[in-house]
Amino acid sequence: MDQAPPSLLLDARRLAKAFGGMTVVNEMSLQMGRGEILGIIGPNGAGKTTLFNLLAGAIPLDRGQIVLDGQDLSGKGPEARIGAGLARTFQIPRPFARMTVLENVMTAAQGQSGEGLFSALLAPARSAAQERANAARARDLLDFVSLSHLEDQPAAVLSGGQRKLLELARAMMAEPRLILLDEPAAGVNPALLDLIIDRISTVNAQGVAVLLIEHNMEMIARLCPRVIVMAAGKPLAEGRPEDVSRRADVIEVYLEGMPG
Amino acid sequence: MELLAYCAFFLTIAMTYAIICLGLNVQWGQTGLFNVGIAGFVGLGGYISAILTTPEAAERIGGFGLPIAAGWAGAMLGGAVLSLAVGLLTLRMRSDYLAITTFGIAVALQLVFQNAETLTGGAFGMAFVPRPFAGFQGNAFAFNLANLAVTCAVVLALYLLLEHLLRSPWGRTLRAVREDEVAAQALGKNPASLRLQAFALGGAIMALAGAVQAHFIGFIAPGNFLPMMTFQVWAMLIVGGSGNNRGAILGAVLVWAIWALSGALIAEVFPADQQARAASLQIVVIGVMLCLILLWRPQGILPEIRSVSRHLGRRHKDQ
Amino acid sequence: MNPQAIIDGLIAGSTIGLGAIGLTLTYSILRFANFTHGDFLAWGAYLSLSLMGLIGGLLAELGVRLAPFSFTLALPLAVVGGIALTVLLALALDKLLFGRLRARGADAIIIVMASFGASMALRSLLEFIYTAQPAYFTTALQIAKPLGLGLRATPDQLLVIGMTFVLVAVLHLIVTHSAMGRAMRAVSENPALAGVYGIDVAQIVRLTWIIGAGMACIAGVMAGLLVQIRPYMGFDLLLPLFAAAILGGIGSIPGAMIGGLIIGLAEAFAVQIVGAEWRAAISFVILVLVLMLRPQGLFGKAGG
Ligand SMILES: Nc1ncnc2c1ncn2[C@@H]1O[C@H](COP(=O)(O)OP(=O)(O)OP(=O)(O)O)[C@@H](O)[C@H]1O
Ligand SMILES: [Mg+2]
Repeated sequence: MDQAPPSLLLDARRLAKAFGGMTVVNEMSLQMGRGEILGIIGPNGAGKTTLFNLLAGAIPLDRGQIVLDGQDLSGKGPEARIGAGLARTFQIPRPFARMTVLENVMTAAQGQSGEGLFSALLAPARSAAQERANAARARDLLDFVSLSHLEDQPAAVLSGGQRKLLELARAMMAEPRLILLDEPAAGVNPALLDLIIDRISTVNAQGVAVLLIEHNMEMIARLCPRVIVMAAGKPLAEGRPEDVSRRADVIEVYLEGMPG
Repeated sequence: MELLAYCAFFLTIAMTYAIICLGLNVQWGQTGLFNVGIAGFVGLGGYISAILTTPEAAERIGGFGLPIAAGWAGAMLGGAVLSLAVGLLTLRMRSDYLAITTFGIAVALQLVFQNAETLTGGAFGMAFVPRPFAGFQGNAFAFNLANLAVTCAVVLALYLLLEHLLRSPWGRTLRAVREDEVAAQALGKNPASLRLQAFALGGAIMALAGAVQAHFIGFIAPGNFLPMMTFQVWAMLIVGGSGNNRGAILGAVLVWAIWALSGALIAEVFPADQQARAASLQIVVIGVMLCLILLWRPQGILPEIRSVSRHLGRRHKDQ
Repeated sequence: MNPQAIIDGLIAGSTIGLGAIGLTLTYSILRFANFTHGDFLAWGAYLSLSLMGLIGGLLAELGVRLAPFSFTLALPLAVVGGIALTVLLALALDKLLFGRLRARGADAIIIVMASFGASMALRSLLEFIYTAQPAYFTTALQIAKPLGLGLRATPDQLLVIGMTFVLVAVLHLIVTHSAMGRAMRAVSENPALAGVYGIDVAQIVRLTWIIGAGMACIAGVMAGLLVQIRPYMGFDLLLPLFAAAILGGIGSIPGAMIGGLIIGLAEAFAVQIVGAEWRAAISFVILVLVLMLRPQGLFGKAGG
């Protein structure tokens, strides 16, 4: 941990967050290599989503530092992080319900000219050309997540699983280097599960690093060579999924949350 | 002929209100920003343009004698700058603070119009604001018609421009921010900056309306920019359909017609000494109408259309 | 600088402060900036005026002046009725307009807009009924008595200042020391949660209107007694009221009162420098300064 290896993509150090006296993320550190796929598991309320919110800048850090590809993101707002290559999805999907599925994906394009008032007014031709290219790419992504037949529908019509897929496409549209997926399989019909797993591994194969929160152990086992078990705001164990899930302390924190 | 001239006059005024409504529609309809100081922004535009274009006058500063187009441009710039200042001050706070501050802006500007005599001419205002087509003034009909054409052209140009913006990436981003600010931020959009841009654009358009109106009437005075105006414009946009640019134009013509007709009716029905009093009934009617529409048909006559970005083309058109 | 500005400022500040109490309560409990609030002041004054005429006509024996004040016993009686009627007006408006919008889940800003429309209608209705001519509670002339330090005030003026302080103190004690006051605070913190804890939110909403409109009526009568009654009086006070509520910190009753006094005094002193024609701009300048330097106000919670 002294000298960042050249392949280090994400270096988050001693992240901390408390809500009104309750510490939710407790001095947690996390490193990821370029193109790595890393799983995060842990009982409900362990602080996994909060960790994502910190990494994505949706809530400010109390303490700690986040460096992506050598760039310090700690003090930056959420809108700056996606431009730096860090895209996220939400545990409860947040599509733009009254916009079409295609528009939802196109909104995620980065560096689209015409999003500022001046470029929209003064350089319509340039932004139109870029829009066409982006539309083509957005359609490819919708094909990729099997939603192209719905591209002209408002996103409000999508099912829960389809919304998860839409968020994946939206995150991909930003061409990130690291993508944070918060329970992509939650509420997804088992038939869609295979599709989601396949798409995530394809994304990863294209060189995008994936940080994956999931309760579905099958998905974790199939996708992640390495997982971190998070409990009470910090890592409890780390290793290969099959090893970690046999450890007594891990089993115990999972059982603690169970009734009876 | 006289009736036609009056119709042209009526429509020209209605079109200047349509310009204000289009500006308000950018702020409210597209962005959800509540501006209660419309009269101030319109008045600012009118005064800026008048100061830039009137001939030199001994009793006040200004009177630069510039062409009318320069006045219009100056007005828009002034409206945008004022909006930016107000926006920077309030847009990070709860939405009501914008309402309260814009309300205050209108009160403060009204005082400036009234009291800064060396700049604005005080309570008597400024005369000799240059009028387009002043050469036709002898013929009321031709004069009004020419001005109507100019004002309509401005409305049309603004309409096309705003529709273009609505379908541009800017419009799409604005809609995304309105739908889900958190998600839009996660996708790299900056809501504060977008709101500020929309507020400034709307303010510039309102100020332009003030300039157009001042040059058409040829005269400007503080009494033209009372809170009444703010209220009328709101009624116009809500009746016509906020979020819809055609609704904004339709609402302006419709409410202005109701206003003019009810005014004429009062002039017929009430004796001269009671007319001022009866005129307040007009306001009651419009106020009640505004509330009823908010209760029963908040989308107005022409509801917002979901506009989809242009340039998307059709899917796999040539494959 | 004329020290008399202190008295002028305290008098104007009393009206503004009392008026701002209702505004700050509706803002913190019903969560919207109520533009009709200024018109409650005007309606309160006119309703009291009409009742006073009625009472004076029916019971001539009440027509004796209450020395040393300028008015007869008919005025205090009329004010009691005026308060009741103003409260009724506010409750009716809530039932017909604001409450319906709330029930529909309308955005706060839509309710603000409705209040703006209603305010125009209410004000113009006053103008239609009573005309734009100013009216007076009394035409009796009062002599300002010297108070020392070069200050002078009429008995009416002293009564207004004294009553304001008593009213605010009593109201503050009730709100801080009663179950009702605790319930009001709970609703302003979190209406949904307050409902879960068995607080009758509808009743708190009613209470808010009762206090707000009641104080507005008294403020309107005070302004009417010391200056004059006009349909636009409430509208002209609206900006000072908002500035006072925000300066004091939204939700704080003493804050609203102190904010009102600060604005009243600032106006009184500033007009001596810039001229009376700029009076209305003073509260705007204060509002902008507060928004820039301390948006939560003097007594507001930071980040609120
Ligand atoms: N904005 C917030 N304010 C207050 N408490 C919060 C906030 N966000 C999260 N918490 C609390 O922090 C704790 C951790 O929440 P978090 O959502 O991070 O858990 P999680 O590990 O994602 O759980 P799950 O597996 O159920 O999604 C919870 O107890 C939650 O109530
Ligand atoms: Mg979670």
